[in-house]
Amino acid sequence: MVDYLLTEEQQMLKELAHQIAEEKIRPVAKEHDETGEFPWDIMKIIAQSDLFGVYIDEKYGGTGGGVFELALVTEELSRACGGIAVCFAASALGTYPILLFGNDKQKDKYLPDLASGKKLAAFAVTEPNAGSDASAIETKAEKKADHYVLNGRKQWITNGGEAETYVVIAMTNRSKGARGASAFIVEKGTPGFEFGKKEDKLGIRASATRELLFNDCKIPQENILSREGMGFIVAMKTFDCSRSGVAAQAIGIAQGALELTLEYAHQRHQFGKPITSFQGIQFMLADMATELEAARALVYSACRMVDSGAKNVARASAMAKMYASDVAMKVTTDCIQIFGGYGYMKEYPIEKYFRDAKITQIYEGTNQIMRGVIAANLVKELAKKK
Amino acid sequence: MKIIVCIKQVPDTTNVKIDPETNTLIREGVASVINPFDMYAIEEGLRIKERMAGSEVTVVSMGPPQADIALREAVSMGVDKAVLVSDRKIAGSDTWATSYILSKAIQKISDFNLILCGKQASDGDTAQVGPGISSWLDIPQVTYVKKIEKIEVDKAIVERMTEEGFDIVEIPLPCLFTVVKEINEPRLPSLKGKMKAKKIEIPIWGVDDLELDEGKIGLNGSPTRVVKIFTPSAREKGMILDGKAAESVNKIAALLEDVIIG
Repeated sequence: MVDYLLTEEQQMLKELAHQIAEEKIRPVAKEHDETGEFPWDIMKIIAQSDLFGVYIDEKYGGTGGGVFELALVTEELSRACGGIAVCFAASALGTYPILLFGNDKQKDKYLPDLASGKKLAAFAVTEPNAGSDASAIETKAEKKADHYVLNGRKQWITNGGEAETYVVIAMTNRSKGARGASAFIVEKGTPGFEFGKKEDKLGIRASATRELLFNDCKIPQENILSREGMGFIVAMKTFDCSRSGVAAQAIGIAQGALELTLEYAHQRHQFGKPITSFQGIQFMLADMATELEAARALVYSACRMVDSGAKNVARASAMAKMYASDVAMKVTTDCIQIFGGYGYMKEYPIEKYFRDAKITQIYEGTNQIMRGVIAANLVKELAKKK
Repeated sequence: MKIIVCIKQVPDTTNVKIDPETNTLIREGVASVINPFDMYAIEEGLRIKERMAGSEVTVVSMGPPQADIALREAVSMGVDKAVLVSDRKIAGSDTWATSYILSKAIQKISDFNLILCGKQASDGDTAQVGPGISSWLDIPQVTYVKKIEKIEVDKAIVERMTEEGFDIVEIPLPCLFTVVKEINEPRLPSLKGKMKAKKIEIPIWGVDDLELDEGKIGLNGSPTRVVKIFTPSAREKGMILDGKAAESVNKIAALLEDVIIG
């Protein structure tokens, strides 16, 4: 194994997440995949183990780590179930806007319960007509005397309905396009804020994906994050932090699948030998392990870069997310191939990894958008040199 | 509420091998863990602490220096303090001597309302140390507690598991409970607990610290003599007849005939 020189504390939280994954998540992963029931029991265990606060300052009840700590936990949980892991990770996605852009009053009010895991958070950008093009957001926030009135519909919101704290991107000035968007903290239970249908998904089925419906929903003025017009920046900076989380989820899923496959291939006999003795299988295993390790190295580097306070991390985060998720898709596809016919059957755990991996190429910016971010960054850098 | 939990470090396996030459456990390559029954005692201590403000849980273990690891694991679950009782002179102590030594350690801690123990250790399986401690301390005890219905600083109402069901017992505090696995589900460690466990100072108390009577400790102070340890021969696998009742009856009759008449 490659040694990533983790600190003692990082090693500790990794082991703890590993223990939760093995003892608590793995035994129930299949059941949640089948029923789609939200894994509250597991969320409580993760909360009790202090892992919801690994990236949050100590003064808010966290343990003061950063994106890297969050990624280590997400990766370990994803080894056992990508769906349950995303319930955890999506809460971080909803917390980051407050962590990065909240004022002291907002941080004091919201972060302690999110760090302790008493409440979950969610982040709401996507709409039916605004996916990759976030500037096409139609949800409106109209300024009144001392409050805003929210109207519109958000779609495919992870943790929707289960979370208590939502950060919602809405247009405060449509004529300004992306610069007319603002970010608001909206609490579950606010009149005029309701939930639509729960989606039936290909993978990550333990997680809840719902519509958020805003119908003349009054938001106190103090719930705006940063200031009007900063919504797009809030979203982009949040994604810079959270994309490494998706990348970590991807490598966790791939790692979990690879471990199961290796074990299977070792005990599966054909032509009188374990199939691991055949070069065709060996080369596949070697490629999978190597590409996965390369992805992990990239993800960890991107995380460390974000945590170091580096200014421009968009490229590294996009690379990590894109590469790790592409590797996860390739690895889980090849894992099914090695399992052969058994791999295609629901009776074996491997097809779930394949289904869970697919979303990592899509959400928090499709991998095509990631490539766009990377390329734009390269061209911009070149232009600066000239 | 001041709670003391007694724990033991045991080999982590359900199928410990015994060296046929020496009749002792083969400990090499076997990881050590907190005795599973003691995990329930720790969990129950933590639950009482969470219910009653100002409570404190202290774990005590008697064992070799490496039992320190088991104590730190308990701290990582949320226990406040830990004490290790360790001294070459106490090695080889039986349950009588061990409960004497632990009772002296508890007297040294002095401030307690409740002592919790697992019902027995998974290696020795005697279930004697908990009751022994309460006798040395001359405090009441309830063994096989499966539920603490109510607990106050001066009394408690608990359910004691029996073979047929359970007894409801009211008992004055301070007292000692040994607990069974039905009582709760032990929690996993927490990150903050693990960080605390790394740093916590665990005092090691020896024969002098506890002012032990050297005639009551160690192999020589122990009245128990282990004459022989052996692995019982494995029972032969049974047979299941899963055909129709009438067919099975005939088969059983035939089998019995073979056995009895031969």
